[in-house]
Amino acid sequence: MKLIFERSVPGRHLDLLPACDVELIELPAALKREVAPALPEVSESELSRHYTELNKQVHGVNSGFYPLGSCTMKYNPRIDEEMAALPGFANIHPLAPAHTTLGCQEALETTKKYMCEIFGMDDCTFQPAAGAHGEFTGVLLIKQYHDARGEGQQRTKIIVPDSAHGTNPATANMCGYQVVNIASAPDGCVDLEALKAVLGPDTAGLMLTNPNTVGIFDENILEITRLVHEVGGLCYYDGANLNAVMGVVRPGDMGFDCIHSNLHKTFATPHGGGGPGAGAVGCKAHLAAYLPKSALLGGGDSIQVRSFNGNFGVVLKAMTYVMTLGQEGIPEAAKNAVLNANYLQAKIKGTFEPAFDRICMHEFVLDLSKYKKETGVSALDVAKTLIDHGMHPPTIYFPLIVHEALMLEPTETETRETLDWAAEVYRNLYELGFKDPEYMHNAPHSAYIGRPDDVRATRTPVVRWTKA
Amino acid sequence: MNFPAELKYSKDHEWVKFEGDTAIIGISDFAQDALGDVVFVNLPGEGDEVNAGEAFGDVESVKAVSDLVSPVSGTIVAVNEELADAPETLNSDPYGAWIIKVEGVTAQEELLDAAAYEAFCAEEA
Repeated sequence: MKLIFERSVPGRHLDLLPACDVELIELPAALKREVAPALPEVSESELSRHYTELNKQVHGVNSGFYPLGSCTMKYNPRIDEEMAALPGFANIHPLAPAHTTLGCQEALETTKKYMCEIFGMDDCTFQPAAGAHGEFTGVLLIKQYHDARGEGQQRTKIIVPDSAHGTNPATANMCGYQVVNIASAPDGCVDLEALKAVLGPDTAGLMLTNPNTVGIFDENILEITRLVHEVGGLCYYDGANLNAVMGVVRPGDMGFDCIHSNLHKTFATPHGGGGPGAGAVGCKAHLAAYLPKSALLGGGDSIQVRSFNGNFGVVLKAMTYVMTLGQEGIPEAAKNAVLNANYLQAKIKGTFEPAFDRICMHEFVLDLSKYKKETGVSALDVAKTLIDHGMHPPTIYFPLIVHEALMLEPTETETRETLDWAAEVYRNLYELGFKDPEYMHNAPHSAYIGRPDDVRATRTPVVRWTKA
Repeated sequence: MNFPAELKYSKDHEWVKFEGDTAIIGISDFAQDALGDVVFVNLPGEGDEVNAGEAFGDVESVKAVSDLVSPVSGTIVAVNEELADAPETLNSDPYGAWIIKVEGVTAQEELLDAAAYEAFCAEEA
């Protein structure tokens, strides 16, 4: 397809502006650019076709199956978008006087109440812009807590299991902590002995995802959080996988002191493509004093991690999502996500084998290392061949503790027919690897773009259009 | 897969060549094969201290980012800066593409000889 720049014809435009009726003021020469920017010049219909063309090449949740593990690419109800777009919400100015924004404040308070209930926490902030920002905020709460108790110097270490999202150690590091990595037990969960071996008076806290990144709920969670608390450390819950347990079990009841939740993945808002997101951070009462707050809403001397109240529109979508599903619907969504993952895992079994052969939560990991040895076909080859079948590939090569990993998260809204079809495709591809590995090495064959040269794209990326 | 006999190997898949007081460190053939095409190397600076068993940099392939774990403790006296512009040499010539040279070695991880390392890799694969 043509780039928008290639559709451009000098002098063509789509605006119908009235003549300027105020005096024209020229900028000083020093502030003016010497050459006009190379902006595309197209008609409105050309512009519309350009975006429609782009849209046709994209695979989203609205176009097909998208089981991208650990990302929760789930369907987002239209009503959430509609509510966030209500003029009273969408056209509000963040600096509008507080007495004129009572409705927005009520929406924030309502969402906070819901989130505290789902998290099992006492307080919550919507300031963080997205997940990693929420993690950063959450770990800073832990740091503030230790500092306030005069133990900041002593507690220098954050414990992170080796199956964690890469953002966990990065967050701990950014907060000035030394990261202590602990190996997982053979069942993919926290190895209690390994944990005990590293716990001590220098422990600031533990960062954990539960269910973890291999889709397993850690049954020792109460013992894990107890052990960390016993040495004076705090427990941080990474809400990446909250979709599996929302409304069923609460991180606060598991013993966690603080949590971040990606509202944009668990509570509506189209996820992926660059945001905006919202990384709500919840905490127990003993951390509440350190929560960042908007200075405008009475948090005068509070620390802010972002301006105003974060990405307010995303909060509104989360509020609508929770209100629409309600107290029965939220846990039902989580249970269906778990049911769908187990159904798909069982249907694929016998071909690609699960890395951990047991009941999973909302996602599961297939281990293709044996398959690769037998056929030469890698996880990447399977992922690329799936594109030809009209579905989005799963997450590949994550978590790092499984070699040749395919990680599938079907989410709660997929029908049984879709899951049956997806399982059939996976089973067929398994066979194809033995018969025609070459075909899979070269896939995709019918997609708009064939197999890109990832290496060249990463080493020498061309990210900018230049005039020929 | 190539396992030169004159080198020692760590279980984190780094190779070490001891030349007098200097330990020359790189990643093994097995490591580069497991990583896939390396696209970026995050190198330490000359004069930095390294500790056995701790990361001194990282390598990024199209699959993942992996720590470079130092098999020895000591002071970095040389860094192969050419890798910054040509990380692919870690794939094409893993034993020629040294990463750092360390002097004043005070401690080291358990190191394997070529035969033991080859057996270790066969188990991991």
